[in-house]
Amino acid sequence: MSPAFLVLLALGLGLAAWVAARARAWSFRRSQPGVRLASLPSYHGWYVALWVVLPVLLFAATWSVIAPQLVAQSVLASPAAAELPAFGMQRQTMLAEARAVAIGAAPAVFNPDAQGLVQPYRDAIGRFTAIGIAATLIIAFAGGAWAFLHLRPDFRARNRVERIIMGVLLLASLVAILTTLGIFGSLVFETVRFFSMVNPADFLFGTRWGPDPMSPADSPDGSRYGALPLFWGTIYIGAIIAMLVAIPLGLMSAIYLTQYAGPRWRRWLKPALEILAGVPTVVYGYFAALTVAPAIRDIAVSIGIENASSESALAAGLVMGVMIIPFVSSMADDSIAAVPRAMRDGSLAIGATNNETIRKVLVPAALPGIVAGVMLAVSRAIGETMIVVMAAGAAANLSANPLEAMTTVTFQIVAMLTGEGSFDHPATLSAFALGFVLFMVTLALNFIALRVVKRFREAYE
Amino acid sequence: MSEHVNLTRTAAFEKRLKRRYAAERIFRRAGLAAILFSIAVLLFLLVTMTANGIGGFKRVTLSVPIDFTEVGLALPQGMEGQGMAIRSLESQGLEEVVSFYAGQAMGEDAAAQLSADAWRVAADHIVEDPSILRRRVELDLPASEDLSAAYAGDGQAALQPLARRLAEQGFLSDSFDPGFLSRSDATDSQAVGIWGALKGSILTMLVTLALAFPIGVLAALYLEEYAPRNRWTDLIEVSINNLAAVPSIIFGLLGLAVFLGAFPYLRSAPIIGGMTLALMTMPVIVISGRNAIKAVPPSIRDGALAIGASPVQVVFHHVLPLALPGILTGTIIGMARALGETAPLLMIGMRAFVATPPDGFTAPATVLPVQIFLWSDEIDRGFVERTSAAIIVLLLFLLVMNGLAIYLRNRFEKTW
Repeated sequence: MSPAFLVLLALGLGLAAWVAARARAWSFRRSQPGVRLASLPSYHGWYVALWVVLPVLLFAATWSVIAPQLVAQSVLASPAAAELPAFGMQRQTMLAEARAVAIGAAPAVFNPDAQGLVQPYRDAIGRFTAIGIAATLIIAFAGGAWAFLHLRPDFRARNRVERIIMGVLLLASLVAILTTLGIFGSLVFETVRFFSMVNPADFLFGTRWGPDPMSPADSPDGSRYGALPLFWGTIYIGAIIAMLVAIPLGLMSAIYLTQYAGPRWRRWLKPALEILAGVPTVVYGYFAALTVAPAIRDIAVSIGIENASSESALAAGLVMGVMIIPFVSSMADDSIAAVPRAMRDGSLAIGATNNETIRKVLVPAALPGIVAGVMLAVSRAIGETMIVVMAAGAAANLSANPLEAMTTVTFQIVAMLTGEGSFDHPATLSAFALGFVLFMVTLALNFIALRVVKRFREAYE
Repeated sequence: MSEHVNLTRTAAFEKRLKRRYAAERIFRRAGLAAILFSIAVLLFLLVTMTANGIGGFKRVTLSVPIDFTEVGLALPQGMEGQGMAIRSLESQGLEEVVSFYAGQAMGEDAAAQLSADAWRVAADHIVEDPSILRRRVELDLPASEDLSAAYAGDGQAALQPLARRLAEQGFLSDSFDPGFLSRSDATDSQAVGIWGALKGSILTMLVTLALAFPIGVLAALYLEEYAPRNRWTDLIEVSINNLAAVPSIIFGLLGLAVFLGAFPYLRSAPIIGGMTLALMTMPVIVISGRNAIKAVPPSIRDGALAIGASPVQVVFHHVLPLALPGILTGTIIGMARALGETAPLLMIGMRAFVATPPDGFTAPATVLPVQIFLWSDEIDRGFVERTSAAIIVLLLFLLVMNGLAIYLRNRFEKTW
């Protein structure tokens, strides 16, 4: 039974409740012509409908999480399950296979031993589907009846409905906090598990990165989990090479757009620049790997650098820099525009040229905003994944040579989690530790940058 | 009377002024150059993708004359489903028939270069029009990857003479391949298509929209219209602003740890992908929604309140409809970003090889950007073209969405 079916059922019942309750409210009006309803009939309808739909949705959400577990439990309690291997991969595979056949996702079981489990699965799913639907109907009717019996001409249905709406609005805005807590909680939980296996000092200060997902999970070799080369690669690509491209180009673009370009040019150039920001990162990654990286290798070879690799920090960093240009440009644009016009006019009035005004007055005045923008750009660059996955390489090098392959935090997160590693292995868990570091760093950068921008805006207002 | 001497415009001054003006010109040109450079890179990227991608929409085919009257294949009567008919044709030896006629017409070496899927294409033709079993037909069947590469002028040197001979005899040609838009992933670059990934993308986006839009709009309404100024509201605002800047891959880690932890059977499913992307898109919708709501003038609210509307009625009957175009613009931009997103979906297993289009929200699926990423790892020359072709399709979708957003903004945006 799919949750979608329960949701549709809830909505159908809700519609029925709405119609019934509204008709009831109209009947008040007809039977007692002198009495005015405290709320419009449709609010009576909404009141009862919400009392039907909300409990059912709540139930559907809970049920869709616990029902599969109940099914699995009852299958494991069946006699056929006694012959399963006690634990491990094979047990999981057989269960999954039998389940797939039972719900009709697969035509037949691959492993004949799993055949015996299909029938118990089918029975259990059927039983719990029936229970689920029955419970849904009971809840819907109980909620509906309770609300329906409340309807009276002087019942303030609108106030009740609006109170529920306010609750829903509050819940919707709490989703953001829940997401933040969810991210923080899951990262911290897995990171703590990782640090119970690998010494945090080894992780943060070690210089050799080479987790082996095939090694025994219970005695990891701490010296293989040194993340320093990853941090260096991330900073080198995202905060150095990319910024060497993005800061001058982005700043100059913003200056030209705000100070020199006429309105007509501006109308065309600005959206064109914004298209750069809209290109998906996977396209940039492919561009870096297919075009830029080979070109850089060819240039390196032609100027006499032997063994230049086809994956290089330079290729990834350059393309990432281009991707970040519109971001830096729009942040710089905003902060230059926030500088009071009087400062600019004053400088021009004492005879400075445009370029002197910009370099000596506007940019220094806008500097806090520009710096904040650059911090946001850095936080975006170090969290960028696809470009480095496709162009930067997997080798963890602690080197300053931009032509060497280098790996980053995001690359290793992808590499550690897309294999078939088990969730209890430190190699898999290390991805969460890396994610935690990345999250905290970007959080800090964003937090500081947003504060700076706020302070800066207030200073000129 | 002494001659009038201009004390300020000395020779040194003139020189300095010239230098300052020169610096001004250089600075101005540097600014223009910065923008033009960015745009040039963009154009170069688009041109590269287009030049590579055009070939991806084509397929190299061998036209094989087959005389079905001599063979005596029969389509089983009354059998339901294409799959059954194709399986029956396979057991009747269609594959051998195809390669026999190919060998007869073009030589054994050419017959060996038919794609492994060639007989399947022939079977599709037969199922579509069973009458060809009673006559002699020429079927365009896909060539192998190697022969396709040779036809394009690279790949194995040994095959190039064969390709040239077949092309001269008129057997080998390339043509627009409509199947690229209707097939799914495959191991052979000649047999791949993007429909499977595209359908996965559409299903994922539907889930994202269904979750992110209502939650985002309701949260924006609450924060802008009702929220009391207190520490909780500040906390909500701070978390929304931070979520908007958290790297997307972190959302993938969240999806992996929380959603896949709760629903382990839904690995690679569009519903999990959609939920993950919804969390990522929601802050974008909240932020743009708040700006749109802020732009609705207070006089509207005061007017509605004055004639007796309740605060909820004010917002849902007056403010929300007026702010909706702005909210929709922000939503489309957020959805476009989600559509191009790859990294979080890699985390939750949407990189599996999926050879059939997903038939529901819970079926294993992949999405277009992930498909591009997977194909970019293939070494075969054919995949380079296919990857670029898939990128063109993705960029077209993004173009349409962004165009729609701009249209909405221009059409409905009011300045009060």
